[in-house]
Amino acid sequence: MSQQGYVAAPPYSQSQPGIGGFGPPNSSIHYGHYGDPNSSYSAPQPGVSKSAVPFGSPAPVGPPPPGAQQFSPNSFQNGSGTPGQQPQRFQGPPPPAQLADQLNSMQINSYGPGTAPSSSVSPGHRAAFQGPQVLPPAQQQMGLPPAPQLPPPPANSVNGLCAQPALPPVARQGGIPGPVPPNPNLQHLPGQPPGPGYHPQQANYGPQMAAPQLSYPGAFPGGPAQLAGPPQKKLDPDSIPSPIQVIENDKAARGGQVYATNTRGQVPPLVTTNCVIQDQGHASPRYIRCTTYCFPVTSDMAKQARIPLAAVIQPFAAVPPNETPLYLVNHGETGPIRCNRCKAYMCPFMQFIEGGRRYQCGFCNCINDVPQFFFQHLDHMGRRIDHYERPELSLGSYEYVATSDYCRDKKPPNPPAFIFMIDVSYRNIKSGLVKLICDELKTLLDKLPREEQEESSAIRVGFVTYNKVLHFFNVKSSLAQPQMMVVTDVAEVFVPLLDGFLVDFEESRSVVTNLLDQIPELFADTNESETIFAPVIQAGMEALKAAECAGKLFLFHSSLPTAEAPGKLKNRDDKKLLNTDKEKTLFQPQGNYEALAKDCVANGCCVNLFLFPTQYVDVASMGLVTMYTGGTLYKYNNFQLDADSPQFLSDLRKDIQKKMGFDATMRVRTSTGFRATDFFGAIYMNNTTDVEMAAVDCDKAVTVEFKHDDKLNEDTGALIQCAVLYTSLSGQRRIRIHNIGLNCSSQLADVYRTCETDALINFFAKSAFKAILSQPLKTVRDILVNQTAHMLACYKKNCASPAAVSQLILPDTMKVLPVYMNCLLKSCVLASRPEIPTDERAFHRQLIMAMGVADTQLFFYPLLLPIHSLDLKSDAVPAAIRCSEERLSEGGAFLLANGLRMFLWLGASVSSELIQGLFNVPSFAHISTEATSLPDLDNPFSKKLKHILAQIQSQKPHTMKLMVVKQREQPEMLFRQFLVEDKSIYGGASYVDFLVCIHKEISQLLS
Amino acid sequence: MATYLEFIQQNEERDGVRFSWNVWPSSRLEATRMVVPLACLLTPLKERLDLPPVQYEPVLCSRPTCKAVLNPLCQVDYRAKLWACNFCFQRNQFPPAYAGISEVNQPAELMPQFSTIEYIVQRGPQTPLIFLYVVDTCLEEEDLQALKESLQMSLSLLPPDALVGLITFGRMVQVHELSCEGISKSYVFRGTKDLAAKQIQDMLGLSRPAVPMQQGRPLQTPEQPVISSRFLQPVHKIDMNLTDLLGELQRDPWPVTQGKRPLRSTGVALSIAVGLLEGTFPNTGARIMLFTGGPPTQGPGMVVGDELKTPIRSWHDIEKDNARFMKKATKHYETLANRSAANGHCIDIYACALDQTGLLEMKCCANLTGGHMVMGDSFNTSLFKQTFQRVFSKGYNGEFRMAFGANLDVKTSRELKIAGAIGPCISLNAKGPCVSENELGIGGTSQWKICSLDPSTTLAIYFEVVNQHNAPIPQGGRGAVQFVTQYQHSSTQRRIRVTTIARNWADAQTQLQHIEAAFDQEAAAVLMARLGVYRAESEEGPDVLRWLDRQLIRLCQKFGQYNKDDPNSFRLSESFSLYPQFIFHLRRSPFLQVFNNSPDESSYYRHHFARQDLTQSLIMIQPILYAYSFHGPPEPVLLDSSSILPDRILLMDTFFQIVIYLGETIAQWQKAGYQDMPEYENFKHLLQAPLDDAQEILQTRFPMPRYIHTEHGGSQARFLLSKVNPSQTHNNLYAWGQSFGQQNS
Repeated sequence: MSQQGYVAAPPYSQSQPGIGGFGPPNSSIHYGHYGDPNSSYSAPQPGVSKSAVPFGSPAPVGPPPPGAQQFSPNSFQNGSGTPGQQPQRFQGPPPPAQLADQLNSMQINSYGPGTAPSSSVSPGHRAAFQGPQVLPPAQQQMGLPPAPQLPPPPANSVNGLCAQPALPPVARQGGIPGPVPPNPNLQHLPGQPPGPGYHPQQANYGPQMAAPQLSYPGAFPGGPAQLAGPPQKKLDPDSIPSPIQVIENDKAARGGQVYATNTRGQVPPLVTTNCVIQDQGHASPRYIRCTTYCFPVTSDMAKQARIPLAAVIQPFAAVPPNETPLYLVNHGETGPIRCNRCKAYMCPFMQFIEGGRRYQCGFCNCINDVPQFFFQHLDHMGRRIDHYERPELSLGSYEYVATSDYCRDKKPPNPPAFIFMIDVSYRNIKSGLVKLICDELKTLLDKLPREEQEESSAIRVGFVTYNKVLHFFNVKSSLAQPQMMVVTDVAEVFVPLLDGFLVDFEESRSVVTNLLDQIPELFADTNESETIFAPVIQAGMEALKAAECAGKLFLFHSSLPTAEAPGKLKNRDDKKLLNTDKEKTLFQPQGNYEALAKDCVANGCCVNLFLFPTQYVDVASMGLVTMYTGGTLYKYNNFQLDADSPQFLSDLRKDIQKKMGFDATMRVRTSTGFRATDFFGAIYMNNTTDVEMAAVDCDKAVTVEFKHDDKLNEDTGALIQCAVLYTSLSGQRRIRIHNIGLNCSSQLADVYRTCETDALINFFAKSAFKAILSQPLKTVRDILVNQTAHMLACYKKNCASPAAVSQLILPDTMKVLPVYMNCLLKSCVLASRPEIPTDERAFHRQLIMAMGVADTQLFFYPLLLPIHSLDLKSDAVPAAIRCSEERLSEGGAFLLANGLRMFLWLGASVSSELIQGLFNVPSFAHISTEATSLPDLDNPFSKKLKHILAQIQSQKPHTMKLMVVKQREQPEMLFRQFLVEDKSIYGGASYVDFLVCIHKEISQLLS
Repeated sequence: MATYLEFIQQNEERDGVRFSWNVWPSSRLEATRMVVPLACLLTPLKERLDLPPVQYEPVLCSRPTCKAVLNPLCQVDYRAKLWACNFCFQRNQFPPAYAGISEVNQPAELMPQFSTIEYIVQRGPQTPLIFLYVVDTCLEEEDLQALKESLQMSLSLLPPDALVGLITFGRMVQVHELSCEGISKSYVFRGTKDLAAKQIQDMLGLSRPAVPMQQGRPLQTPEQPVISSRFLQPVHKIDMNLTDLLGELQRDPWPVTQGKRPLRSTGVALSIAVGLLEGTFPNTGARIMLFTGGPPTQGPGMVVGDELKTPIRSWHDIEKDNARFMKKATKHYETLANRSAANGHCIDIYACALDQTGLLEMKCCANLTGGHMVMGDSFNTSLFKQTFQRVFSKGYNGEFRMAFGANLDVKTSRELKIAGAIGPCISLNAKGPCVSENELGIGGTSQWKICSLDPSTTLAIYFEVVNQHNAPIPQGGRGAVQFVTQYQHSSTQRRIRVTTIARNWADAQTQLQHIEAAFDQEAAAVLMARLGVYRAESEEGPDVLRWLDRQLIRLCQKFGQYNKDDPNSFRLSESFSLYPQFIFHLRRSPFLQVFNNSPDESSYYRHHFARQDLTQSLIMIQPILYAYSFHGPPEPVLLDSSSILPDRILLMDTFFQIVIYLGETIAQWQKAGYQDMPEYENFKHLLQAPLDDAQEILQTRFPMPRYIHTEHGGSQARFLLSKVNPSQTHNNLYAWGQSFGQQNS
């Protein structure tokens, strides 16, 4: 905005480059975003994340004028050249306005000063910053627009440099508050008592938004026709937004701090940033992350922006030990207090009135009486005196003890059960898998999950083996030896025994151990190679049903179920279907698995599937029940006992010990004006509102999409309450409540400013993967590209200062959307390539459907760490680098992880010292690529790396199998697929290409 | 008459045959006028101490439609080495082995005293006996324990090489695999699903060649590699295993809520047992032994729902057509029985419960296959325990008194045709020239299959005289009947017993007194009773009674001598004198009267009636009453209330019950303890005498009768009072008592 006014030449204004030199705040801002990820970014970002200031500061560089402009009333700006609206948003003024809205009266004060000072101050900052920054920005800008032409090389190098310099600024910002103070934005940190959080954020955003304009093609800023700009090819990778930079900036700005959820609509730190979260009235972002924290007030606006309004809810997310676990509220026999009309649960959004005798529901506005036992007086602020004593009044997340009304048949549930169902067909016996499982279970069963306060686990266990028939085992503690009961009626399977099937492991230890010893021998000379599948699940479900409890099945299965039985599958993997309208059928289940899944969900039976395929097993069908029931699918291709058992056992251990809830129903309630319309995840929906999950564990996330019903109210915001009714590990029925409040705004800029790309990608991935069941993949891909372009175009059109059509302008919060989107498009699920096994695609599809934001982030943009230059003194994981081959070096070693696999890539000329340190072999040539783990060596380097591996692994649900890849050796191809910024061997576009493409789309949309 | 009595007795002892008429009316018309059909009671395996089996094959008539066995009635041309079949008159060459025969060197089958002869043939594989226990586990703990002990005990009674199998059932059905070590293994089936034989065999893994399943186990016998299965193992091998298994048998673990019957899948259990044997040992003698402690309550063959508030069907319900499950259940068990019978397997039912157990529906299983049916109150009674033990009793030669898979073939000379048979058999549908179109009992065939039989198993076989009135039989002509019974002896040998008998023809118009004199009223009574009971299975009770009455009237009309309108002039000849009395008691018997009997009891009684030999049948029709007193040695007395006297001890044997009844005075003496006083030792002896006699009956009776010891005025006295002819009733008793009183006064 200001830019325009500022720069005579549109190009400049838009593209940071020119501006950079000039230093108009706006321009600088743009530029920051734009600029290279590294350098420009770093500088701005820090600011961004923490406060607007940084931005201003970098941007300001030259631009006092712009600053002035900003301050100057909108009209000016508008007048200056661009449509009034846009500028408004971006300009300084708007943010304050918002602030005013959002903040208490307190803030208003800040407002006035804020604006003024910022303008005045900014220059100062700039000055300070300028030194370092000046060059980089200029270059960046140069780089970008000109990119097509030649500048890139230098730019790169510069960028590289810049990147480093960039950091300092950040630091400064962080540390510099001193000088900064004048700037209102900065103030937030030091802290205005009233709304420190707010100020900064908004302030930040304001500028940010404005900033992120990428003039992408813009060789000639002025050149409107840049679109055509074929030159894109040469676009300098360093000049385009870098995810790593974004992540690092956020880490630097917010990492290690306490993030208190005390404000509606505040944008949490990125998932990649470690910080301590304090629940102060809104659910922690570990539980709920939204695609945007500010909803547009009208559906028209929403349609215009096409930003999905969604929340990714991970109701059982694990919280680190230094955060408070959920409080348990027990209201005795009356049960939780709920709004009479909408049934929302008592939460901080309820307003107490009439001296505390009644309360108004924040969701439906219904006025309810406060039950006698719950009555409490209000203080002078109108807040209940016991506000801080009751979690349901002061916290975003907490649990209720449910009464029998919330139980099946009004009977308190039995403790859940785990049933282990082992495929004992020829292959599993021969591979030694059965023995491995049995041996492991003997010790693992001691570690069944339990509630914190309990001594032993209430979970009972049962055992089934099967090939084409089922064998149940009676392991009642009173028996001398286990009894085997064979059920051959697989067409209509049933549970042959009740008493003695599900037992307490402690009590039946000797019989169970005896059984586990015997199972491998019992089938040692089996020659049965056919297996059944659906009847096994059915049997497990029936067993749970008969025992009247919820539970989880652990299936260990290896082959396509071809035996004559329900759920028999045939090999239908047909590569000819790829890229046709029928491709979707590959992802659709065969047979009647849907009905089975439905039954399982209805009976609270979660199915965990461990697959050990050697060929096509139709994951799309076999995994369906797993997905619908909230189970987890694990897949070990060509399982080799030696190589793969650590991975498998680690998965198994982790899975068994997971904290989880059973037989869960989730309901998402919203305040008036919008509602949840679509749900994605490892869930089953019987109707349009109740999300049913046979079980839900800490890694499962449900993505919920919202749509407008009506106009939203900017004052009251958009409130969301997610209630999960479930059975705990000990068999207690509970309701877990997560509340979060979002802002509403009539300004699109506010919406863009509070977007979260990671959540957006999560949403896009899930919705796309759901869509491929019913639409041709090409359509789905097109929709994704289209929507990306649309969102960005809308931003450019409505929020960014007017710029040449040729400029690519990205909102700050969506800087990395294109690269992530490209990763999504390149993911094997959406890539119709015959080289990719169908099962692999189905498998990934399933996994992602259940993933939370952190997992999708890592999955789509893998973590790539240089490890040749580890700092052995610090504990920290080294800074990641971008996933591109250019970032690798022959002399280096790199670790790549995406949540499913891990690679250790060794450059051809990696130092022998490193090799010795890691592998204990003398040279590169001696390294065996067979190994799936690193030897435990007693040297700091090895230990450090091990530590890093463990750290990466620790938060991920799947155990990543490590693969050692040597540069220029065959398996490297596999590794390269994960260098997601590069052109994929399967034809996926490189980041740069995609950016060009998107830009073209945007330009088309805008023209 | 003495001669006829002797003749009859001799015939019975030698051939196991009792004919209703021992001289046959020579034309169809005459025969029908005789009222009682020409029929016989045949005990195919009557125990013959003096009959050593011959070790060769019988010589058969070469006419394909005849195949009668060479017998003493055949005309033999010793010189030409030819013999003429006495049924079809075909002339046959003796086989080469008979080259040396002559008038003085006859093979046994030509000697008149060998009108019944037994051959041992060495054909086909010999398979061990097979016993498949099908055990209900929905029992009270005490009952189950007793049953387990009985079963364990029975293992020691089986021949060591016999194959045994175990199926247990409750809510589910478990087929136990007996050969596994370390872990007991069983195949489980849902109790509610009816499975086809093929499915069962597939599910048990029997449909594939058995060889792979036998890995690690030596084969039974080299010559029969395929016939075996994991589920049926030789007793000597798995004796210990099975004993342990039975010992560990638990009550059905599925919870039974208040007011419900346990879910009992008898129908499926039986179906699986039948399917198992069908798949593994078709056409081999095998015994399915079903032990059940209650009615089937679920699945195919269910007899009553599991709600205790709905009682099990009664005769009343059945008459009102209110027995919901009866037809379906009956059909289920009939199908099973027929399948089982077709494979030569028999089904025993041991039902012990205080309430009904569904014998009515299941009866066909035992009836059609020749299995035993035993009904008791509890498995923990000596009645059951001893009865069960007796199943495995051995005959005089140390062989089990059981035979399997018998095939009875009846051949008649051309004046006779076969109308049918009544007994524990099924038709083999062998049509032929000697099969009558008129059916009596199971007809339309000349061959029947009796899957299991013992030396007392007796069939009634009915004939029809087809000779036309205008085609007189030449003087001295004789009609002949040959019974050929092929069976599997308990020693697993295949044997053939051949009985050939002949009787004279007589023209009823001229020689009625011969015919009359040759009437065997005992056999006739039993034969008529079997017909009556057979009809009662399918017809309304009153209809049967009317039919019986009419038959009796017609018989009396035919053979009685009387002056019209003068009842006192009525006389029957001695050979008919007892017959009306038999029919009188038959009318009152539980075989035809359902009052006071549950449908199960009726089925049980009828079952036994249809298979016992003549003596036992007569006891059933008209219980025997012995009186013991100081007035003389024990004597049989009339089954009449007038026989009940204060100073008598009565012993009544109804076959199903043995009642010892102390007369009023005797009872008082006993209470006073006279028997313990040395001076009244004779009284002690008197008390002891009926006990000893009862013991003797108990020794041999199968099934064990209910043993009742009661006295005048005792509650159990009703067993006696219900049986005796009420010549003194409350109506005339009073008068009689009064007169007695008057006498006293």
